[in-house]
Amino acid sequence: MLHKPFVVAALLAASCGAQAASDADLAAIRSQIDEMKRSYEQRIAALEQRLAQAEADVKAKPAPQAEARPVVAETSAPAAPATSASAFNTEISLILQGQYAQMKDVPDRTITGFWPGGQGSGVSTRGFSLDHTELVFAAGIDPYWRGQAILAVQDNEVEVEEAWFQSLAIGHGVGLRGGRYRSGIGYLNEQHTHQWDFANAPLMYNALFGQEASFREDGLQFKWLAPTPVFLEFGAEVGRGANFPGTDSNKNGAGAWAAYVHVGDDLGVANSWRTGLSYLKTSSGDREADFVDINGLQAQGLFNGDTATWIADFVWKWAPNGNPKYQNFKFQSEYFVRQDKGDLTCTDNAGVGNACATPVTGDYDTRQSGWYAQGVFQFTPEWRAGLRYDQLDSGRQNLGANAVNLTLEDYRPKRATAMVDYSWSEFSRVRLQYAQDKSMAGITDNQWIVQYIMSLGAHGVHKF
Amino acid sequence: MIRLMTMLLLVAMGFPAAAALPVFATVPEWGALVREIGGDKVSVFVATTALQDPHRIEARPSLLAQARRTQLVVATGADLEAGWLPLVVRDSGNAGIQRGQPGYFEAARYVTLLDVPVALDRTQGDVHAAGNPHIQLDPRNLLKIGDALATRLGELDPPNAAAYRAGYQAFASKWQAAIARWEKDAAPLRGVPVLVHHASFLYLARWLGLKETGTLEPKPGVEPGSGHLSGLLARQQSAPARMVLRTAYQSDGPSMWIAGKAGIPAVMLPFTVGGSPEAGDLYGLFDDTIRRLLKGLN
Repeated sequence: MLHKPFVVAALLAASCGAQAASDADLAAIRSQIDEMKRSYEQRIAALEQRLAQAEADVKAKPAPQAEARPVVAETSAPAAPATSASAFNTEISLILQGQYAQMKDVPDRTITGFWPGGQGSGVSTRGFSLDHTELVFAAGIDPYWRGQAILAVQDNEVEVEEAWFQSLAIGHGVGLRGGRYRSGIGYLNEQHTHQWDFANAPLMYNALFGQEASFREDGLQFKWLAPTPVFLEFGAEVGRGANFPGTDSNKNGAGAWAAYVHVGDDLGVANSWRTGLSYLKTSSGDREADFVDINGLQAQGLFNGDTATWIADFVWKWAPNGNPKYQNFKFQSEYFVRQDKGDLTCTDNAGVGNACATPVTGDYDTRQSGWYAQGVFQFTPEWRAGLRYDQLDSGRQNLGANAVNLTLEDYRPKRATAMVDYSWSEFSRVRLQYAQDKSMAGITDNQWIVQYIMSLGAHGVHKF
Repeated sequence: MIRLMTMLLLVAMGFPAAAALPVFATVPEWGALVREIGGDKVSVFVATTALQDPHRIEARPSLLAQARRTQLVVATGADLEAGWLPLVVRDSGNAGIQRGQPGYFEAARYVTLLDVPVALDRTQGDVHAAGNPHIQLDPRNLLKIGDALATRLGELDPPNAAAYRAGYQAFASKWQAAIARWEKDAAPLRGVPVLVHHASFLYLARWLGLKETGTLEPKPGVEPGSGHLSGLLARQQSAPARMVLRTAYQSDGPSMWIAGKAGIPAVMLPFTVGGSPEAGDLYGLFDDTIRRLLKGLN
């Protein structure tokens, strides 16, 4: 089998060289081929013998023994099989996450001055608790597509947190993703809870996207990376827009769309940065929340209209010589402005006799903002420490005709957080966090959290 | 057609349609090897330096921008770059450099890997399923990899295929002579017992006949602790190592500690091109490595 192409090649070469080959020539070629055949068989036998010898040697003495041959014998070495995290085809990993939290007992946590969706400021379970357990499956589907699914498992509940496919073969800098994914807006939005540098999300992410602190979308994402020496990426998304600040609706077309641009580069060998600007438009049909009327009674509000969100983000990372293993520093900050435009209908669903016993519809127009900044320093391979400061501004809240029925507070929620964490390896981490939370008017909550994050299975990726 | 469109786009965006084949090398040794073979036919971007741990790199924006513009990614493979390269390649929007495409080259596929784990278990540390990926310090491996690389460069850039082949042949004959010289110079190192920080020098040890008697890391990727180091020190009584080796990117603390206690030299080896002032190219890398080892012996 080895000889066949050889014979063909030799004959071809011969036929090129001499058009009319004489019998003598043919005999010569035959004998040459026989010669080659013999020589190859001998060399293969010699190789087999050497292999057997080597195996015997290894068995005899496991201590590494150098080969004594002076210069390489160039044989076509058998290529090692392509192995990696995808040795099992599907990369599977499992994230274990849980905590102990000590904080004030506040029944319905909200952020004062912001849409009272009951979203609260992230963690609200006191004592020991288990976060959802994340099960990740990912693999190349074929040469054209890659797929990933993330299932969040909690008591009696499995949620499809993400399930998407991504293009591999379009080229020209184009990346296409479809399914359920975390939107590419902002910086932190794409990150999972186990990738966060603190035990909870910045306040602005709770104010923007609720308890989950991330805008997830069922839709289609299009990204284009420009062929420039500086990182320049444009993204656009259309989707269902069912998650806060949007609402689910039964209609054709898209309920939300987003656009963003990211720019980034290195500064010398030790510094790298990325900055971006994002825009998200969602629409709401009867987005519901509990308000308080002018007499302090509960009233229901239904918002119909559009929400526009702008986010500016900036991340800067430093490591000596660009080697983050021993020491590194990371600074990140994001700022948002959000505008609701539409109308609000005030009702008395519970029949408590509030100001909206007969439903009143009026304009609803807000312009709110907020930011956070955080720095995390890793001072040894195991230890990191970080500080974060959050501040929001309830801004303009125009209730139109309902101004006489409902009360809204003007407030600037604030929170300061400090954390220190220890990692035994890339795969396990435990964290202690303290926060002074003033996100609810009149309450200063001193929160302590001890958290663990463990990952099993396929090696995670080091996202910037 | 596609290539033409890309070229037009590049011109339109104000970039010269580069005549040289753009190559993205993950680590300095492959960048240097591509330069040896390709000469001025290639323009090489190297993603990391000798002072960076290739296991721990992040998918930085600058790497994505470079991967977008390249035609060939030259990686080590064997999971060395598992933490960042797959992400860079996937998010680059570059169809030609995806796994399995001609524009994606893994050096580890062309050599025989050592220390392939029998069981994949993270309690044994950050083990590499395919085997030890630090293949560049056996110079004989570079001949096999260079051969495959010359072929690949020729496939991607057919007009220059002959130049790549000739470049490789010139390199190979010079390199074989250098190997003979290094083996002669390094003869006194045969059988010398050494301690190493991480299993970075397995292929070097196999080639020169050094005997690794222990690693400072208790498990791959786990930082050396005092308990483990004390254990290694105690073993010095029965099985004394002659020196302790580390790479340019590893912290010098643990090897200096054990060197001080045991009265043996701590030797920093360049590990890759650029790891020491003398290791300016592949020849310098091995010249300097052997010079430093011999110095450690005295």
